[in-house]
Amino acid sequence: MFMYNQPAEKPVSKERAAYLQKQKRKKYVVRAVQISVVIVLIALWEILANVGVIDSFIMSQPSRMVKTLLNLSENGLLTHLGVTCMETLVGFLLGTALGVGLAVLLWWSDTLSRICEPFLVVLNALPKIALGPVFIVWVGAGMQAIIVMALAISLIVTVLEMLNGFLNTDEETIRMAQTFGANRRQEFTKIVMPSNLHTLFNSMKVNIGLSLVGVIAGEFLVSKAGLGYLIVYGGQVFKLDLVMTSVVILAIVAALLYQSVVIAERFVTRKMSHKN
Amino acid sequence: MEEILKVEQISQTYQAENGELTALEEISFSVEKGEFVSIVGPSGCGKSTLLSIVAGMIRPTYGRVLLQGEPVEGISPHIGYMLQRDNLLEWRSIYQNAVLGLEIRNMLTRETAAYTESLLKAYGLWDFRDKYPSQLSGGMRQRAALIRTLAIKPEIFLLDEAFSALDYQTRLAVTDDVYHILKLEQKTILMVTHDISESISMSDRVIVLSRRPAHIARTMEIHFTDPDLTPLQRREQREFQEYFNTIWRELDVHV
Repeated sequence: MFMYNQPAEKPVSKERAAYLQKQKRKKYVVRAVQISVVIVLIALWEILANVGVIDSFIMSQPSRMVKTLLNLSENGLLTHLGVTCMETLVGFLLGTALGVGLAVLLWWSDTLSRICEPFLVVLNALPKIALGPVFIVWVGAGMQAIIVMALAISLIVTVLEMLNGFLNTDEETIRMAQTFGANRRQEFTKIVMPSNLHTLFNSMKVNIGLSLVGVIAGEFLVSKAGLGYLIVYGGQVFKLDLVMTSVVILAIVAALLYQSVVIAERFVTRKMSHKN
Repeated sequence: MEEILKVEQISQTYQAENGELTALEEISFSVEKGEFVSIVGPSGCGKSTLLSIVAGMIRPTYGRVLLQGEPVEGISPHIGYMLQRDNLLEWRSIYQNAVLGLEIRNMLTRETAAYTESLLKAYGLWDFRDKYPSQLSGGMRQRAALIRTLAIKPEIFLLDEAFSALDYQTRLAVTDDVYHILKLEQKTILMVTHDISESISMSDRVIVLSRRPAHIARTMEIHFTDPDLTPLQRREQREFQEYFNTIWRELDVHV
């Protein structure tokens, strides 16, 4: 009756081998097409710019972007990149920490959560970029304003998502802890938080993107450095090479930041889960 | 025999926005040490509320509960409460799950840990102590949940529709298993169920509740010629059907 469900070690059947083979091939095909699309687009852009169908002055072109990249020392791309990444990370970490903290408070007190609900809804719906000028007046033009902007954009979403996760924790599991006399703090540390790790990582994935949005928006408004500044400056002086290169770098940064959260998630879930 | 639990004149009234609802009306009974008592009643009659009151999770509107002569106020450390599902935590190993109750109660010492280990060894879970709940069968999981409660050495076990989340066959086997373990550990048990057969197959006494507002309609001593039958064997006895019919009539079920 009480058997331990271990997957039996069976030799792989012919059908299974064929199936696995097919799956593998499918994966390769998808990846190959993805890479080809990128290569074809870049090549097309380059060629069309060379033959003059595209005006490379307003559209830039891959070879000129590479040249811009190689001129790092001259145009200070690295510094700008560093500034943007730093601001994004600070905004992201602050947003996640404060967001989770506030969600815990709201979970703790049902009354507080009811009082705050309409305000949260309004704040969530409000386009936070509209507050940009206000932040500049409040905290001063500069990096502070940009970080506050990143925070403003990611904070409310984090609070709402985490609170929703906390409140949807399985009630009977919490009740089980209560039968052992668990207090509110124990309910949280033993049951609610561990069962919401996936919520935390989901919200971090959203957050890292939102922080970047906030930082770029902030840099558009007020800054002397950062990729956002570079894009605005490049646009104003018609250095489209600089603008396009910055945008591409931004895309890569966004992907890398997202990927690092995914890797962190994989690491934590593996540490905490069933593969012993 | 020593009287371990005494329920005195419990009444429970719920206040809701659209009115007042009386769930329980003057319920009194007592449970002796080592006894297995079941409470059966129609669904929605307030059985689970009664159990929550006994456990000290809900304060009754009137009446009181005495555990070894002491009134129960708040969740008592002498009560082991088992819910419908095993509620094992997926991110904890079986051993970590087994000591969860001790951990919450701040009772995790070298002695209590050793006791938990001896339980795991006695009931065939020692080899699985580092496995995770998802790697265990339903029956094994139920055993782990039982050990989690046994580890806090409760004076009395409350089973709230326990095992009802399992499929029928597994449930029959798990019932036998849990009954066996609880008898070995010489525990006192108060079980709530809507399943008449289950109550007869396990109990020494069955308390039948009426429909809402629930009061005790009847208390029935259950005697089988052979006192050492397992729940499954009891189901095959002639007396079983007689008890079933009596309780069925008492419950007065209408569709």
